[in-house]
Amino acid sequence: MLRFILRRTLQIIPTLLVVVLIIFVIFSVVPGSFISSLMSEGRNATNADVMAHLNQQFGLDKPLLVRLGDYLWGLAQFDLGISYRTREPVWNVIEPRLWPSIKLALAAMFFAAIIGIPLGFIAALKPGSMIDSGTMMLAISGLSLPEFWFGLLLMYVFALQLGWLPSFGYQADSIRHIILPAIALGVSPMALLARTTRAGVLDVMNADFVRTARAKGLSEPRLVRGHVARNVLVLVLTTLGLQVGSLMGQAIVIEKLFSWPGIGSLLVDSVAARDIPVVQGAVIVIVLWFLVINMLVDVAYAAIDPRIKVT
Amino acid sequence: MRLRFNLVLGLLLAAIVIIAGVFAAWIAPYHPIIDADLMNSEMPPSWEHWMGTDGQGRDVFSRVLYGAQVSLTVGLVSQLINSCIGTALGVSAGYFGGWWDDLVNGLTNVMLAIPSLVFALAIMAVLGPGLPSLLIALGLTNWSWTCRIARSSTLSLKNQGFVQAAKVAGFGDGNIMRTQILPNIIGPVLVMATLGIGGAVLAEAALSFLGVGIRPPQPSWGNMLTDARELLRAAPWAAVFPGLAIFITVLGFNLLGDGMRDLLDPHMRTRRA
Repeated sequence: MLRFILRRTLQIIPTLLVVVLIIFVIFSVVPGSFISSLMSEGRNATNADVMAHLNQQFGLDKPLLVRLGDYLWGLAQFDLGISYRTREPVWNVIEPRLWPSIKLALAAMFFAAIIGIPLGFIAALKPGSMIDSGTMMLAISGLSLPEFWFGLLLMYVFALQLGWLPSFGYQADSIRHIILPAIALGVSPMALLARTTRAGVLDVMNADFVRTARAKGLSEPRLVRGHVARNVLVLVLTTLGLQVGSLMGQAIVIEKLFSWPGIGSLLVDSVAARDIPVVQGAVIVIVLWFLVINMLVDVAYAAIDPRIKVT
Repeated sequence: MRLRFNLVLGLLLAAIVIIAGVFAAWIAPYHPIIDADLMNSEMPPSWEHWMGTDGQGRDVFSRVLYGAQVSLTVGLVSQLINSCIGTALGVSAGYFGGWWDDLVNGLTNVMLAIPSLVFALAIMAVLGPGLPSLLIALGLTNWSWTCRIARSSTLSLKNQGFVQAAKVAGFGDGNIMRTQILPNIIGPVLVMATLGIGGAVLAEAALSFLGVGIRPPQPSWGNMLTDARELLRAAPWAAVFPGLAIFITVLGFNLLGDGMRDLLDPHMRTRRA
């Protein structure tokens, strides 16, 4: 098992390297640099000397390959570079944004799980019924819903009209601030979980061991609890884990909408300001989160299901 | 029954959106940009303005109709690009195997690791806002699943008798891929493309909402929602209708894709029989 974990961890490195390479190359061809955007904001005089000095300070006067080499060398030492905008190390800019993003992703998944899994179960236990059709219609609608629009509607009803919850912002110790963004972000994973759970339960219900258990006279609640739920758990946990991994990237728009100080809103602001080191850092963190969660899901999968061979 | 319901409802919704987009110039009662009437701004829905007016007194209904043109163009063209890239890479990787297969597989895994919205945002930052940039950004970032499906289908097809027979008959590799393999995998690729249209429409709206997609005054459902956010309390209808249009479009193409997949799936057909 340890060898499996180590191998999966090492597999992350080449993927991450290629991502870094792609992002570095994309932003090296950006027309107009951070310095020219500073000039256009009128904060500095358009002075060739100032530009040359800033270019030298940020290392932008070096050839592309040298810059890439420097960046990778820094990355190997866990150094993401210096932000053009704040002149702070990029990690110092990203680090305070990390926990709000993780918190939002976990809260959205919590909402998705407590609604989606029971819905999928109920639908599968009564296939073809009104509840089943309704749940599946709800699921496909949830997958088609623009989450930022849904967020706007939630904001209008629960914040502006009813005044029950704050319309935007973040407070470290407040649950009230996270409810609306978490529901808006969680609606699509909720729909996916409902669909996956339904499909999983239907598959297991038709399996031979369930038929045998039923023939032995096992009561339906015990059958569902002991045989069906346990087998569907693996599938549900995998979907849940994979969704948590991708939610940080999906949260960009919701974070902007609700002024949530996470990695996504940092990314959008940094793209607008052409603060390339922060953009690169934010993308690396989002991809790393995805890869690490995927790895953990694989490990958990191997640990839960004895049929999966770990090599 | 459910299969047909999905397919019919999907077709119906997609058809409504396509008709709205294609005939926007004839259906729309007002011009989406020029007909701004500040004296009539933030008016609720009425007989004159079916979906009300926005903060600059423009007719929301007309702007929603013109917005359909942007969404459909982005959805259809970006999916066409994605399908071409994904199919070409997937079929060639599955057919040739070896180092090319490893390379394509590696690239696909990397593409799956970068959230497509994040990648599209990065490309939009490079190319700048506008429709051509959107088509490129969304056309380059969502081909991984098509590639995987095309590759696995090719792998199972390439050792079958008719492909071997074509080889013996002296057909070239390109010819075999085009005439023997492609027609046999077009079904799943079409399903992926249809499902992808909904995703592209959502991504376009999100990017325009963030201010890097279609820039005002050109109407797009995404940038209409950005404007509406500022007037949410005074004119909620300006937010409700563009969002509803996105929802109906995405739902239509998702149902259509789902229905097509069910129709092509032999298991489903057996179950129906």
